Amino acid sequence: MAGNGQEPRYFLIWFILFVLTMAEVGYAFLALPQWLLATGLILMALWKALLVALYYMHLKFEPKRLWILAASPLPLAVILVIAVLTEF
Amino acid sequence: MSQPAASTADRHPMPGMMVYNVKLGMWIFLLSEVMFFTALIGSYIILRFAHPDHFAEPGAVLNVPLTAFNTFVLICSSVSMVKAYAAITQGDQKGLRFWLLVTILLGTFFVGVQVVEYIILAREGFVPMVELYGVAHEIEGAALYGATFYTMTGFHGTHVTIGILCMWFVLYRAWQGKYSADNYGAVEIMGLYWHFVDLVWIILFTIVYLI
Repeated sequence: MAGNGQEPRYFLIWFILFVLTMAEVGYAFLALPQWLLATGLILMALWKALLVALYYMHLKFEPKRLWILAASPLPLAVILVIAVLTEF
Repeated sequence: MSQPAASTADRHPMPGMMVYNVKLGMWIFLLSEVMFFTALIGSYIILRFAHPDHFAEPGAVLNVPLTAFNTFVLICSSVSMVKAYAAITQGDQKGLRFWLLVTILLGTFFVGVQVVEYIILAREGFVPMVELYGVAHEIEGAALYGATFYTMTGFHGTHVTIGILCMWFVLYRAWQGKYSADNYGAVEIMGLYWHFVDLVWIILFTIVYLI
């Protein structure tokens, strides 16, 4: 919940998510190098995911310790992917 | 004087974490889910790098416009879920019930579209065990593509379905007037789960459908 008692702008976030989704679909079919496409798409997806976590899951208004807890699996996820990558 | 355990606001927070236990428990569960979906997505990325010729280009097999619309539907369901939460924190029972019902309908629509997508793909011959698939162009070893696609989207769809079933229960309790501005913990943790499922789909849509 918002710390100042005001409700976050849920519909503004929804609109940004909608625009980003449309932008992603348009960007995916541009004639660009694969690495550039993948990087752009992943960045947009992460931006959307961050908006959902911060505003809809209210992480932005939670104690910092919960932030640390929420971020804790991310390095583990990276380690998992790198560990499996080494199999190839 | 001790308050009834049902009051969310008065629940004792986990020492050091400053959030009440049920919410902390949901967060820890969701973190385990991060690792679960990382294993699936990570496997997909690695297999795709290792065998790029076994996977189709974006839009060649999967229906991107339909799934983009479905992604938008799931995003809308996140808004309705958070509006349900906002309503009950202000003691708005009617708003809670309305937005929960909207969320259930949107979630059901999402799963319905996914089922239709599966049926269309299966009729075209794109099934997990297919070795040679060729509607738009031929993909040899398409079993790898099919298996990873159905595993990832299937597990996600299962999560959405479980979320819908749980939300029916929350709606039933809401109709009984079990929640209030002082007791909204179940709505909040239901919301956390639902938004997480939305978040996972945002990543899956990009990785599976667009890249």
